[in-house]
Parts: sequence; C-alpha cells; structure tokens
Amino acid sequence: MTTQTYYVPSDSRWPIIASLALFLMAFGAGSLINGLGREGTSPGLYLLLAGALVMVVVLFGWFAHVVSESRLGLYSAQMDRSFRWGMGWFIFSEVMFFAAFFGALFYVRVLAVPWLGGEGEKGISNQLWQGFEAHWPLLSPPDSAQFPGPRAVISPWQIPLVNTLLLISSSFTATLGLGALQEARRSRAAAWLGITIALGLVFLSLQLYEYHEAYTKLGLTLHAGIYGATFFILTGFHGLHVTLGTLMLIIVTLRLLKGHFDAQNHFGLEAVIWYWHFVDVVWVGLFLFVYIL
Amino acid sequence: MTTATTAEGSQAAHHGPAPGLSRWLFTTNHKDIGTLYLVFSLSLFMVGGVMALLIRAELFQPGLQLVQPEFFNQMTTMHGLIMVFGAVMPAFVGLANWQVPLMIGAPDMALPRLNNWSFWILPFAFALMISTLFMEGGAPNFGWTFYAPLSTTYAPPSVTYFIFAVHMMGISSIMGAINIIATILNMRAPGMTLMKMPLFVWNWLITAFLLIAVMPVLAGVVTMMLLDVHFGTSFFNAAGGGDPVLFQHIFWFFGHPEVYIMILPAFGIISQIIPTFARKRVFGYASMVYATAAIAVLSFIVWAHHMFTVGLPLVGELFFMFTTMLIAVPTGVKIFNWVATLFRGSMTFETPMLFALAFVVLFTIGGFSGLMLAIAPADFQYHDTYFVVAHFHYVLVPGAIFSIIAATYYWLPKWTGRMYNETMGKVHFWLSFIGVNLTFFPMHFIGLAGMPRRIPDYALQFADFNMVASLGAFLFGFSQLLLIYNIVRCVRDGRGAPARPWDGAEGLEWELPSPAPYHTHQTPPRVD
Repeated sequence: MTTQTYYVPSDSRWPIIASLALFLMAFGAGSLINGLGREGTSPGLYLLLAGALVMVVVLFGWFAHVVSESRLGLYSAQMDRSFRWGMGWFIFSEVMFFAAFFGALFYVRVLAVPWLGGEGEKGISNQLWQGFEAHWPLLSPPDSAQFPGPRAVISPWQIPLVNTLLLISSSFTATLGLGALQEARRSRAAAWLGITIALGLVFLSLQLYEYHEAYTKLGLTLHAGIYGATFFILTGFHGLHVTLGTLMLIIVTLRLLKGHFDAQNHFGLEAVIWYWHFVDVVWVGLFLFVYIL
Repeated sequence: MTTATTAEGSQAAHHGPAPGLSRWLFTTNHKDIGTLYLVFSLSLFMVGGVMALLIRAELFQPGLQLVQPEFFNQMTTMHGLIMVFGAVMPAFVGLANWQVPLMIGAPDMALPRLNNWSFWILPFAFALMISTLFMEGGAPNFGWTFYAPLSTTYAPPSVTYFIFAVHMMGISSIMGAINIIATILNMRAPGMTLMKMPLFVWNWLITAFLLIAVMPVLAGVVTMMLLDVHFGTSFFNAAGGGDPVLFQHIFWFFGHPEVYIMILPAFGIISQIIPTFARKRVFGYASMVYATAAIAVLSFIVWAHHMFTVGLPLVGELFFMFTTMLIAVPTGVKIFNWVATLFRGSMTFETPMLFALAFVVLFTIGGFSGLMLAIAPADFQYHDTYFVVAHFHYVLVPGAIFSIIAATYYWLPKWTGRMYNETMGKVHFWLSFIGVNLTFFPMHFIGLAGMPRRIPDYALQFADFNMVASLGAFLFGFSQLLLIYNIVRCVRDGRGAPARPWDGAEGLEWELPSPAPYHTHQTPPRVD
C-alpha cells in the first residue's frame, strides 16, 4: 500500500482561501479595534467573524484532506519526518514568541523600573518622576493617575500552585496516553487523553476565575502599569495556547475513538502532545518568573 | 534517505501544470511557487523603487518642492518596509523555492501545500499594508523601524492595519522557513551529506533558522504595540513603569538577525556564481559553512549597536561594540575565500559574474562602513545621519539586490530554457553599477558632515552631493527597466539554452535539461 515515492499533493484550493480568511480577519480586526469607543456596531466585527468562519472551514477541510491522504497510505516514512521537522520548528517559533515577552519582563524588572527609581547607571531617569520608588511587583507606577497600580498581586501559592500541579500532571497523562497507543491499547490511550483534556479544562477555568478576581478584587488590569501589562500578556498568550492545545487534544482524541492512528502511525496525535508539553514548559517559566519571583 | 527508485503512484495523475489561472492560484509545485515569489518581489521592487525616487526627487534640491513632509515620512517608511519585507525577502524565498529542490535532488519542497500558503499570504498582507496610504491620517509615517512612541502614542490610526499586516508577513515567513528547513534536512538525495551541500543551500538552511528564531519576536513586539495603542498597557510608556527603549531592544533583537536574513542567502548565491565563472572549486568550503554559522550566532548578541545613542550603560556600549566588531572576522573569511577562489581562476565575465564581482567589492565597502559604525564613540557622530543610510544601502543594494539580480541571470536559462541577451545584461550591469555608486557613495560624505536622515529638507552645503545622489538614483532606477525587458525577451524569444549554459557550473541543477521539467528528481539522483 505505501508508496516509497515522496508524495507531492496535487493542486489545492485551501491555501489561497486560508490567505483570504487571514486577510478578512486582519482587516476586520483592524477596523473593529480602530472603531472601539465609537457608536454602533463596526462592520469590522462582521468581517472578522466571516474571516474566522472561513478559517475554521479551511482548517477542517484542509486537515480532513491530509487525514484522508494519510489513511490512504500515501505518506511514507520520509513524509513522516517532514511533519516531525515541521512541527518541531513550529514549536521553536512559539518558544521565541514567548521569549519576546519574557525578555520584556526581565528588562523592566531588572533594568527599566530600578532606573526609574534612581538606581544604577541610568538613575538620572529618576528625575522624570521624582520620588518614584522602584518595587516589584510594581504597585504604584510612576504616573499613578494615568496607570493606577494594582492593590495587590496574585499569590503564587493558591490557584497558580494548583494550576502548576494540574498542568504538570497533564503532561504525564498525555505521555501515558501516547505510550498506551504505542502498545496498541486504544481505549486506555483515549482514557488518558480524556484525563489530560479534563485537566486542561480545569486549568483554563481556574485561570478565568483568577482573571476575574484580578479585575474585580485586586485592580490588576491591563491598565495597571507594567506589572499588569507583563502579567496579562504572558499569562494571556499562555492561556490562548492552552485553549488551542485543549482543542487539538479533543480533536485527536475523537479521531482516536473513530479508529484513526495505530501503534506505528500516529504523528498527528504525537504532535499535539509535543505541543502540550511546550505549553506546560512555558507555564513552569511563568509560575517561576511571573508568580513566585 | 530511504526513497526508492520507482516513480509510480500519486504523481502519475498530474504530469504538467494545471491550465490557466488556477495553475498559479492552487499550485503545489515548487517551481511555480518560486516563480510567483520572484514576480511578486520584482513588482514590489518597482513599487518601493518609485517611492525611493519620490524621496530622491524631493531631495534633489534643498527646500520643499514636491511633497509635504508628512507624505515624505510615509514614503521613507513604506519604502523601507516594502523593500525589506516585499522585495528582498520574497526574492530570496523564491530563489530557495526554485533552487533548493533542484540542488539537493528533491522532488519538491517537503510541505508543498504549506508552501503555496506561505506565498499567497504575501499579496494579501501587502494589499493591507499599501491600502493604509489611502486611509484617514495616511500610511505609517514612523520609519521602517517603527520606534515607540512614534508608532504608539503619536501614530496615525492606520498603525492597527500595519500591525496586522506585519503579523501576516510573519506567518508567511515562518511557514516558508519551516518548509525550507524540512526540505533541506529531510529531502536530500542519497549520498548528499550536509557537507556536500551547495553553499547556497547551506546559507539558506542557516537563514531559515534565523527566520524562525526572530520573526516571532517581531510578532511579539507589534502585539505589545497593539496593546499599548488600544488596550491601555504601558510596555513602552515610562509613566506606567515601561520603557520606550524596551521597544528598541526587542525590535533590534529581531532586526539584527533580520539584516543577516537579507544577506546570508546573498553570500550563498555569490558562493555559487564565483566558482562557476572562475572555473575553480570554491576555496575553503568548510570555512564558508562555519563562517556563515558564526555570523548567525553572533547576530543574536549584537543588536544594541543600533542603539548606542539611546543611553545604554557603559558596559552595554562596550559589549555590543566588541561583539559587533567580531562579526568582521567570519565575514572577512568569506571575502578572502571568494578572492582566493578568483585567484588564478580562468575567469570570464558574463553578466552574473559582473554582478557577483561588484557584490564582493561594494559589499566590502558596506562592511567597512559598518565597522566604523560599530565603534560606539564614533557612532555618536554618525548616528541617524546619511552615513548610516549609505552604509545599509551599500549592503542591501549592491549587496542583497545585486546578488538577486546575479542569481536571476545565472539561473534564468535553467528556469526558462532560453538565454537572456548578454549585451543588454552587461549594459544593465554597468548602468546599475554606476547608478548605485552615484547614489550612495556621496551619502557617506554628507552623512559625515552631519546631514540627518529621514528629513525632507536640508542645509545648503549638502546640495551638490544630494543632487548627484538623486541623479544616480534615477539612473539606477530606470536601468532596472532593462532587467525587466531582458527577462521578458528571454522568456518570449531568447535563443535556446543548453542544460549547462555555463561551462564551469557544477551541481545537480545543471544535470537537468533546460528548462527544468515541471517535475524533477522524482527518482532521487545518487550523489557520490
């Protein structure tokens, strides 16, 4: 069944439709955001939703096509390696995306905020807001009228600790699921993946609850100066990635239950688990540098 | 490499290209996609070139003649963005698409549909970006480096669309780079070990790594801008505890490797062309590979040399000064290797060789002015003057652009099966060579004398050199029409090209007939 020639797919309509969807989303999001605060519903909203809808259709159609090709046995071991390199480098690009935000956090903590407070070689910048004192977490930003600081920050030893335990165990359950599949124990694999999904969903719920607390009780918002900004960009993008990871886990688990994947060919599932480990590792960094230190 | 020898099965269904427009819209063929990239790049090169000529027309004389300062700012910004993201980068990706599978003996790129997507995002992204010219408040006017707070607090409303356009370009570049890495690592013909790969392929492998490492950082920094502009964060606002200098750090952490993304593939091209026309193997193959890798590694620890005057701590100034100077070592290795390849070679001077030789000489000038800029105390004088403009245009125009033109002439016979007009090519070279130097060489002098960049007016003492630069720019700009004419003539009625039109050319791509068939290397060749 398997052909040893590298499979080069024939023409495909999905990519250009996906580009159109991206364009609609970008243009829609742009006019939606630029119209924020104005009266009435922005046409941008409809463009954004239309683009997102087209994107969902493309993703389903495109992946369905790839899945069917895979199940027809068109892919070789070499194709499998292409997918592995592709996924691996994609995750590396995601690592670098988070690296930008971690870099921003380290820079403001170690350099910018202490300089504003009069420390070190650039301490002269203290003259901008005289009397500003540097602390971390930064509860009173230099201009507290424009950026009212948070009253308090989130304690790492409550929800964040629980979330850490949840995500770390979910990495183990995901790996156990993969191991079970490799031993051809499908229902066991599905069960482990189900547990992983549940852990992910509990994590996301707790995270939403924590955001709610931050906004309503602690005054920790996007407007709360640099602490709020770095807190929300790091945890927010991580949360989005967990959401995406959970969705992908749900999809591969459904495919597993449908009879896709076997002990040898299961890279679709394995790729999702790689991705899951990546969001887990990012969380450990977050727990350490955003919450504890 | 476990690819067996029978070319049966799936490919049998589709031998040739699809008819009509759908060939270009839906194609998964690396050659079609390469052509799309190259044509797109050439089109945007013209658009960005018209903007450059508008800038030079305004600067022909002191005083304000043609355009408003606001529009001048939009032109400098859009010229830079279009040339970097729309002309140079897509041209190199297009060359990679055409050549990498041919040179490593692969049937196509590793992920052909993704390849199509990487390309087709670009026209949409640039439609979005160019449309900002017609928006309320005008196009982005904060320079291609979009420093905060110019690009946040003081930005025109169109900055939102600019941010999303950059996101789209980032997605395109990352997917393109992933595809190139997967192709090079996984699709080489049996026997082609890493250290037997052509240097063009090696340089692209390392470039792709740089792209995947830094395009997400660009996405991150524009996302922070978006949040600052619309959602009340204070990343780049000291009033909230942030820092506008933070923007510059993150931007240049992307920006410096980006500079090498635009020159490493050029190094690869020159390393193919010089041995061909010197009829010698490249001198120091292994050292070329290691030098490229060293440049790539160093590119991550030099970024703040763009920011010497921003008020870095002394230790920062020193660190970034010394690491920057260190780059001259591997770059020097490359220059010396090219010269050593030429030494006692049986040289002929066809058009690709002329552009390649001009590259070596003129890029070296750009490299030396870079070394001058790397000296932190001297940079306090040079910063934001036309000296900087002269420097980076020397590495980008007779550097990156000349290499792209050289590559086009070099591989055109393989792509089209026809020869271009050699005389017209040589005329194009000499006009470009004279034009480029007339444009950019005087900028060194007016820069050292203190003329600031990005300003539509200037003091009288800079008038003569500016007039020379403007004349040179129009000469250079209009002589590119010869390139287009030559390509069109070549495609339509050039005389037939043999499989190996250059008698010193080596490599798998020259084993194939000209034009290269629609599907090549379906049975991988054996490399010994």
